Amino acid sequence: MTGDMATVTGNRGLVIEEPLIFEQGSPAKCGVDLPDPADKPDRLGGLARSGAIGLPGLSEPEVVRHYTRLSQKNYAIDAGFYPLGSCTMKHNPRLNERMARLPGFADLHPFQPQATVQGALAVMHHLSDWLLGLTGMEAVALSPAAGAHGELCGMQAVRAALDARGEDHRRTVLVPDSAHGTNPATAALCGFKVRGIPGDATGRVDVAAFKAALDDTVAGVMLTNPNTCGLFERDMVELAEAVHAAGAYFYLDGANFNAIVGRVKIADLGVDAMHINLHKTFSTPHGGGGPGAGPTVLSAALAPFAPLPHVVAEGDGVRLIEHIEGDMQPFGRMKGFHGQFGVFVRALSYMMSLGRDGLRQASGDAVLNANYLMARLGDTLTASFEGPCMHEALFDDRFLKGTGVSTLDFAKAMIDEGFHPMTMYFPLVVHGAMLMEPTETESRETLDAFCDAVLALAAKARAGDAAFFTEAPRHTPRRRLDETKAARTPVLRWEPPAPARAAE
Amino acid sequence: MRYLPLTDEDRRAMLARIGAASVDDLFSDVPAAAWTAPEGFDALPPHATEMAVERQLSALAARNVPAGSVPCFLGAGAYRHHIPASVDHLIQRGEFLTAYTPYQPEVSQGTLQTLFEFQTQVALITGMEVANASMYDAATGVAEAAAMACRITRRKHVLVSGGVHPHYGAVTESFLRYTDIATEVLDPNPLGIEDLMGRVSEKTACVIVQNPDFFGNLADLSALAAECHALGALLVVAVAEPVSLGLVTPPGEMGADIVVGEGHAIGSPLNFGGPGVGLFASRKKFVRHMPGRLAGETVDEDGRRGWVLTLSTREQHIRREKATSNICTNSGLIALAWTIHMTLLGEAGFTKLARLNHMKAVEMVERLEQVPGLQVMTRQFFNEVLVRLPGHDAAGIVETLAERGILAGVPLSRFHPNYPELADALLLCATETTETQDIDALANALTEVLR
Repeated sequence: MTGDMATVTGNRGLVIEEPLIFEQGSPAKCGVDLPDPADKPDRLGGLARSGAIGLPGLSEPEVVRHYTRLSQKNYAIDAGFYPLGSCTMKHNPRLNERMARLPGFADLHPFQPQATVQGALAVMHHLSDWLLGLTGMEAVALSPAAGAHGELCGMQAVRAALDARGEDHRRTVLVPDSAHGTNPATAALCGFKVRGIPGDATGRVDVAAFKAALDDTVAGVMLTNPNTCGLFERDMVELAEAVHAAGAYFYLDGANFNAIVGRVKIADLGVDAMHINLHKTFSTPHGGGGPGAGPTVLSAALAPFAPLPHVVAEGDGVRLIEHIEGDMQPFGRMKGFHGQFGVFVRALSYMMSLGRDGLRQASGDAVLNANYLMARLGDTLTASFEGPCMHEALFDDRFLKGTGVSTLDFAKAMIDEGFHPMTMYFPLVVHGAMLMEPTETESRETLDAFCDAVLALAAKARAGDAAFFTEAPRHTPRRRLDETKAARTPVLRWEPPAPARAAE
Repeated sequence: MRYLPLTDEDRRAMLARIGAASVDDLFSDVPAAAWTAPEGFDALPPHATEMAVERQLSALAARNVPAGSVPCFLGAGAYRHHIPASVDHLIQRGEFLTAYTPYQPEVSQGTLQTLFEFQTQVALITGMEVANASMYDAATGVAEAAAMACRITRRKHVLVSGGVHPHYGAVTESFLRYTDIATEVLDPNPLGIEDLMGRVSEKTACVIVQNPDFFGNLADLSALAAECHALGALLVVAVAEPVSLGLVTPPGEMGADIVVGEGHAIGSPLNFGGPGVGLFASRKKFVRHMPGRLAGETVDEDGRRGWVLTLSTREQHIRREKATSNICTNSGLIALAWTIHMTLLGEAGFTKLARLNHMKAVEMVERLEQVPGLQVMTRQFFNEVLVRLPGHDAAGIVETLAERGILAGVPLSRFHPNYPELADALLLCATETTETQDIDALANALTEVLR
């Protein structure tokens, strides 16, 4: 901050500079009162730690203030519009948080006798019923921890099924060029080679190229639908039939399930496996980067290979199966304990709240909101493909041509206007992509305010005011950060200053 | 519906602006064969009020026995500790709870600074040089550590000690099953006497051990580390109970190359086992091989210190099939809870908490050693031990005691049903939440049922 805007402290009203915890406090302080331990001889076998660890000491009020101040330097859905494409940043209902904190859920040990956790196992079973009812699929593996982990679950099931068939010549996975980067990463981890499939002029998979690539070396296909251009793959049923005719499996990336939930059962699309991001479609909070959950639904062909544990209804109760029984052929175990249980409770609370009718309304409103953005912005920004779009609207940077303003600059100017930017430079199939996903939990007033701001910014860019964009953001706790410096000379932890080290 | 702000009037006006007759028309690209009418979902219930959902879920919760409502001695990778009230208050601030991964650093400095502090705390307590911004949990963290060791050493053989948590071993085996890496998981090793040194060779990428191990044994890993390094292999050390690091020599000081920890026990409730948070630390020279996100220090255009996610060219959303890991969304909020709890504890609180845990376990062991027909097997431990109940089925004993309102540990048969010689073995753990009267109740009940 320069000139007459500067303050003597560097603070700016509600935005207060906050040092690291390591630059505060003293070893004499502590924010927790504990009883004194007994003074018995230890049984550590001579392996007691020697010397100080170097952790700072702060009292409780100092700790509360530290994290409160830091929180105020974050943008969040609670604070404003967050149209981050492909991320489904919808409202996170607080009922879900309250339910997850009931002691009967939060204070359960994973290895209590099963008779003492029947309610928890029932939660897992109800969640499975919802996921199967919404997708029409045969089975669900609840344990994957997030989207990429769910992809891994689905593709490992594909690999296990091929191994069971003795088809070790099938080692190619087809992935469209518009796919999430996690798709090829996942396929590679399962021992598959990735072959890219081009898109057509309408933003969808090129059906002819797709079919031409299907031969007896193909293990499976990974497709996102609605795809990352925000469009429904119209030919999906035909594609799935061709995949199955070729002896391969169809993996659907469920990152965009929010667009079709309560309207399309993905089993009807010919899908063999799909992960479901509970932290997207079913409203569990992103928490600044997790935890999520990526339960993976499976077709009858892949169900026998679902990883452990399984949850089955038996008599009046529910049983957790942790080891192989009968003819099940699980490919293994993906996660410690029984999966992201706390996330399951939140997602179930959301499903029960919206119900079958509310979920259908939610996907309808999500798609309506995205099409409304497309309608209001499409004449000014450049829409990459013809609509209608699904739950997200894709634009590229043609409207900025010759202005000296990039997609990144435009996004940073949006931050100054109080909006979180859209997803940028993804998908890779269009130049300077801007992918906007409004979700169903935004009002028309919010969408209008956002569109008004974006249209005004576009006019400003075209009027030649490039500096307004290239110098943005100006009103944030920090201006643009030097990412090159961060990567060239990585500083990944605090180190004590040199004089303090000498004094040790 | 309370989560949906659009009114019917909004919808009409918006459809008019779009030029569509109905919302269903916007789905015209969906083939008719894949379209389900509302009746197609009739098997699922309709929407419900907040009151109704709360009533139904509370009824399910009431069917469980919360661990804190009875004397509880369960560990086996999930440890029950007291969580200061301010932790849960702070992580529920919407600015933390409802933010995405901090891709836009100018409006994410709060999350990024907490991650930088988290990384520093993890590095300090493990005795390592650098740490990442978290993994899903320890099990997936160990699997990623194995893959990382193979990248660094360009070797293809991973050796997992029989003292490692069975879930960590199983997840590692599954994760690497379809790669060209061979994972060898040794038989369960309750007494900590397997010969790992004799099994390391010039082909070994890494040896994975746990300290304290799954059966509670503490070990000095220095000699094993030296042997690994002499043969060009890495030593990966898992820590299932992070509180132990407040009292026990950290893996970094024993020569570990990668340390993986389960962090949930600090800052988060048991949650029936998830979500957890994987702690992941290593030597600085390996940082470009590390999985997961990293927060790094830099400056902004005005020269002020700030933080960004860095070295992301390792990650799959950028690097696609050449990525160094399978993790994308990780465990940010659980890492936040961990770092807040750790900050509240500080040096004095963390070391005292650890000593308190150990002393409670010593008290428990001294009392159990007086129970006829029970043998404490673990000689040197932190807060968990293995006991044997010769002539008894430990799982049956645990169920009997559960009916009496005591959660009396974890029988090994739950993990190793195919090892009849372990059927009488039981893991018992004490923490700062364990009261003397709880220990008395356990010892008295065991004395009765073992008679």
